[in-house]
Amino acid sequence: MRIAIIDESAVRASVMQEGLAQLGDCEIFVITERRGLVRRISEIDADIVLMDLGNPSRDVLEEYFAVSRVLARPIAMFVDDSDEESIGASIDAGVSAYVVDGFAPHRIRSILDLAIRRFHAFSRLQTELSVAQSKLAEREAVDKAKRILMQTRGLGEPEAYAELRKTAMNQGKRIAEIADAVVTAHKLIGGAA
Amino acid sequence: MTTKFSIGFLPLVDAALPILAHVHGFAAEEGLSLELVKDVSWATVLDRLLYGHTDAAHMVAPLAIATTLGRGRPAQPLSAPFVLGLNGNAITLKSDLAQRVAPEGALGDPVAVGAALREIAMERKAAGHPFCFGVVHRYSSHNYMLRYWLAGCGIRPDEDVEITTVPPPFCADALEAGDVDGICVGEPWNSVAVERGAGTIVLATAQVWRRGVEKVLAMRESVMESRRGEVEALIRALHRAARQFVDPEALVTNAAILARPEYLNADVNLIQRALGDRLLLHKGGELIHFPDFMFQYREAANFPWVSQAQWLYSQMLRWDRTPYDADDEAKVARVFRPDVYRSALTGTDAPLPGASSKVEGSLHQPMAVGTQQGLITLEKNAFFDGRIFDPHDLAGYLARDAYAK
Repeated sequence: MRIAIIDESAVRASVMQEGLAQLGDCEIFVITERRGLVRRISEIDADIVLMDLGNPSRDVLEEYFAVSRVLARPIAMFVDDSDEESIGASIDAGVSAYVVDGFAPHRIRSILDLAIRRFHAFSRLQTELSVAQSKLAEREAVDKAKRILMQTRGLGEPEAYAELRKTAMNQGKRIAEIADAVVTAHKLIGGAA
Repeated sequence: MTTKFSIGFLPLVDAALPILAHVHGFAAEEGLSLELVKDVSWATVLDRLLYGHTDAAHMVAPLAIATTLGRGRPAQPLSAPFVLGLNGNAITLKSDLAQRVAPEGALGDPVAVGAALREIAMERKAAGHPFCFGVVHRYSSHNYMLRYWLAGCGIRPDEDVEITTVPPPFCADALEAGDVDGICVGEPWNSVAVERGAGTIVLATAQVWRRGVEKVLAMRESVMESRRGEVEALIRALHRAARQFVDPEALVTNAAILARPEYLNADVNLIQRALGDRLLLHKGGELIHFPDFMFQYREAANFPWVSQAQWLYSQMLRWDRTPYDADDEAKVARVFRPDVYRSALTGTDAPLPGASSKVEGSLHQPMAVGTQQGLITLEKNAFFDGRIFDPHDLAGYLARDAYAK
């Protein structure tokens, strides 16, 4: 079975590829380039095409499939009336599947389920990554604010931190927000950050 | 107490009405809290609508009809109780080709441009390298307007040239890279191509059909029925947004709203041009004023004339090469819902036409039509070739089509 993954995010495509490789009897092709999409997809001659919903080329691909309906192997978006839930789940996850006409529905479903899981796994990774990044940025801001207080008011580190924390509590804000304000104010009045 | 209502859209200037209804608070005043869901392909806008991620969508009118008829996807009845705008698209060619078909610094005459283009198209076809147009979707008004114009100029769209799908944001790239020779797309994408020096605007689609239906507010029929009160509230909010859209004093503010990252994320100057019916045809040229380039409000522009849906169906049959089917025509006629529009706006100052259909293309001069509030004047509504579409004779219209023979 030949599966094509079209995704402009190379990282997500490889997360998908890795997941689908578990299926064993699959040959997997990844397309991340926008140009020449139709030519590549016709060369690959896939049984199943998986594409992320945020890809602007979906209309291009669907047009190609609509035209190719006259060919020997018509391809259409996989919509199984008996299982609207699984399609809904794929839309939720952000992936669409196109399938050669007549391909066994149960096999498609297992592939689609896997694709959905990989898409969710990827977005979890992304969320974790952005949480980690914002935590890191917050820590940097707090460190900068502490240094500013230590330099301008001659405080020691624990006192500088206590000052930030007290202000945050008084104003009902997070320490990171107060730290940001300190750093911004310091920049505005001409201090080096 | 406000109710949430989500609307999918593509970042195009004609997504303006839902965006403005939200930002200016018209929806909130009607008790609706709009959530606008931006996507980058019509396929995804449609999927979200069909699987209930969104309650309604900004949609190319032919796609609402195709979905109802089950073309490309299993059939799902959609309803369009409000037209989000007429026209607003243009045809842009690579500049060296534009020079050969259109006068410099002005939009050409569609017949003359078509005749000149025909020569190029035939040369290119003979040389085995056919002229290639990009349109935004197979089931788009862009595709049908372009094809109507080409066929009317003796250029067979499927035999003499190639027409391929290009997503709007990539149109300028595709022209620049030489993947296509021309594009038919909405704003700001023609202007983006012009600014990049990738092309020259030669025609506005309003020159092909002076009052051509473009985007509609589409929703699942079942949603329209089960949330009828909210849908009517939304129609009132959109109608207020339409009136505000054409207010010259609001133009700068509206352009700035549409330009925001969460909406079009585009150059505010280009958006302002489109809203003011101004076009820069080629880089370094002068802005021209083309009245009613976009048409969002006057003459009951938002009224979903059933005859407009039927005209689109006639073009769908023509280019999908499928036979006329009376059952399908009945389904198509049910997509556009003037009854819901009337019911929503009764008691407001919006003109409500008494008829639900009209002969399209029959107005070569202004004409008064009856509405519940008295007469309104409809201006020119002509097709460029003077053909007339009588919705009561759809089959006859197709049979008389010189191209089909």
